[in-house]
Amino acid sequence: MMRRRMLMLVALALVASLVVVACAPTPEEDETPFQTAFVYIGPPGDMGWTYEHDRGRQQVEAEFGDAVETTYIENVEQGPDAARVIRQYAQQGVDVIFATSFGYMDSMYEVAEEFPDVIFEHCSGYRTRDNMATYFGRMYHPRYLSGLVAGSMTEVNSIGFVAAFPIPEVIRGINAFTLGVRDVNPDAEVRVVWTNTWYDPVREREAAVALLDAGVDIIAQHQDTTEPQKAAQERGALSIGYNSDMRAFVGDTVLTGPVWNWGAYYIDTIRDAMNSDWQTHQYWGGLEDGIVLLADFSPRVPQDVRDRVATAQQAIIENDEVFCGPILAQDGSLMVAEGECMSDEAMLNMNVFVEGVVGTIPQ
Amino acid sequence: MPFKFRKRESVSRKAVLLVPLLSFAVSLLFGAIMLILSGADPVVTYLAMFGGAFGSTHGLSEVLVKSIPLILTGLSVAIAFRMRFWNIGAEGQLTMGAVAATGAALFWSQGWPSWTIMPLSIAAGCIAGGLWAGVPAILKATLNVDETLTTLMLNYVAVLYSEHLYYVTWRAPGRNSGTERIPQVAWLSRFLGRAHTGIFFGLALALVLWLIFRYTRWGFELKIIGSNATAARYMGINIARNIILTLLISGAISGLAGAVEVLGLTRSLQQGISVGYGYTAIIIAWMAQLDPLGVIFVAFLMAALLVGGDQIQMRMRLPASVGIVLQAMLLIPMLAGGLFRDYSLHWERPPKTDGVAGSMQADGMEAGGAED
Repeated sequence: MMRRRMLMLVALALVASLVVVACAPTPEEDETPFQTAFVYIGPPGDMGWTYEHDRGRQQVEAEFGDAVETTYIENVEQGPDAARVIRQYAQQGVDVIFATSFGYMDSMYEVAEEFPDVIFEHCSGYRTRDNMATYFGRMYHPRYLSGLVAGSMTEVNSIGFVAAFPIPEVIRGINAFTLGVRDVNPDAEVRVVWTNTWYDPVREREAAVALLDAGVDIIAQHQDTTEPQKAAQERGALSIGYNSDMRAFVGDTVLTGPVWNWGAYYIDTIRDAMNSDWQTHQYWGGLEDGIVLLADFSPRVPQDVRDRVATAQQAIIENDEVFCGPILAQDGSLMVAEGECMSDEAMLNMNVFVEGVVGTIPQ
Repeated sequence: MPFKFRKRESVSRKAVLLVPLLSFAVSLLFGAIMLILSGADPVVTYLAMFGGAFGSTHGLSEVLVKSIPLILTGLSVAIAFRMRFWNIGAEGQLTMGAVAATGAALFWSQGWPSWTIMPLSIAAGCIAGGLWAGVPAILKATLNVDETLTTLMLNYVAVLYSEHLYYVTWRAPGRNSGTERIPQVAWLSRFLGRAHTGIFFGLALALVLWLIFRYTRWGFELKIIGSNATAARYMGINIARNIILTLLISGAISGLAGAVEVLGLTRSLQQGISVGYGYTAIIIAWMAQLDPLGVIFVAFLMAALLVGGDQIQMRMRLPASVGIVLQAMLLIPMLAGGLFRDYSLHWERPPKTDGVAGSMQADGMEAGGAED
């Protein structure tokens, strides 16, 4: 009895205090700027994936000033929590919502149906509606270039790759990287370890350590943080970064890396939305658009390697031939015949490794 | 050991009134200091949190959505803690419940009449949760293995196993992760947005447990075992049997939480099912003083704090870490207030002889031995 009474009192006290709070004046907004919101899977402090999206958000603020208001929420779990957060933004009158993880796709798709007047932008997925678009970049372009660097600089012909999920996006990145590695070093192999997480500093580090224990001398990755790079550096190994210019956060052991550059896309999309020019789309830009880049080189990368990369980069910008044949699959069978190139659709559904990858894709 | 998690025989009326009020005032004050240090106006922040949780149908619906697993796991933990069995494994039991409910709905009910699929799924969830708690219970009852460790470690096993299922074995073709949707006949119906009828399982169970604890011999036995295991043994209470029975029920309730999460909310086994409800449940059970009806209140408040907490980022533009620290700031004084009362009684008294005040571990061992 008494314990229940106590709980009643706690509840009453809570309500009472909130009523007091509710009587306080609310700050009024003079004008209503265009509202945008970003939903992040990790914190901007991951120095990787979310850091780059948030840099794009800051570029939006710098571009539009008071005309656009940006807000973000970090560390949002995939699944039911994401649906709650996205719905809450839509209900609060946000005009454009950017969801920046693959796993938010179904949640956003579900909420988008309820709010036809809100614009939903999902990064890296494939489901669209009249008011829901997707956007992503051809990260395989700079991944291939970074493979040229890794293949040139490995001394043991074994490179480790810490990979998040066995989905086409990641498989495509591993394959592009491996094609680059093998173009300069046909004896080298790329060993893959799956972490089944985008953002988990501890798991990412453990996977890198396991690969280093297996004898690789360069670590590449498809994760959200700098932990694999740090693990490599601590063991005296080199690495290829991802997402951001990780050399700035880790040091010269990061040779280079494929990086994101979202700002221009965010600015263009928001401008279209403000001018009512926005239409649903599936954006997939490459090196030629500048949405993906190869980061600056570490001083450790010799000039002949840089020259080789520069030539290849120009070739990709002029004519994207990363996934053009002949390409052999991991089991030795022909994946792309000579003179043929994979279609966008085939690339977006890639589910086998190329020759030179050591690892399995769970089927 | 001057401290015991044991209820005092009588608590002064003054303390009952003052402790929670003072605790709550201290909570708000602590939170306000933290907010001011982060550069936010505490009044505006508290207002935004309240508005986020209760200011719209959507907010209220989401509070109910979060309440459901919190009530069920809270009850699950409370029933085990009543007899001083430290079941830290509600998270794993919930996860196994979700796994089994999904398995039953998708695979194991092939050929059964469609109306049986929902009850079968719920039953499968309960059984899986019960078995997941039953293993530590049997180890405790027969070999006196520390249940804190076994229940905790089994959480990791359960979560990793469920990941293996929805990333590999049970993954729906064409999806990155997650199983197929369960058939619609197994869905719990929704109201007010996403809130679902799973809430009634929680409310009904809380009432039933309250009645059991209050009016049945078994409820009385749990209380005696919890407050003094040796005395319980002298009274002829079979402690080993009670450990196993209670934990089967405790685990089944957590398993039910996982089952209704799948049938009512996610409708498939996917990411975002194990998000720490089983650990929050420990806080809830303590704040509710292990009272089943109290669990409902505290779980609801906790859900409101979680849902309202979104606003710390969305409206106040503070980082997520500030939200987590604020939630902790609000909870610690409330928890400390309740526990302080419990501790203080035994702090005053000189310790009794070892035989009477002996820990439950030793008594459990003896009881287990006596059983053979």
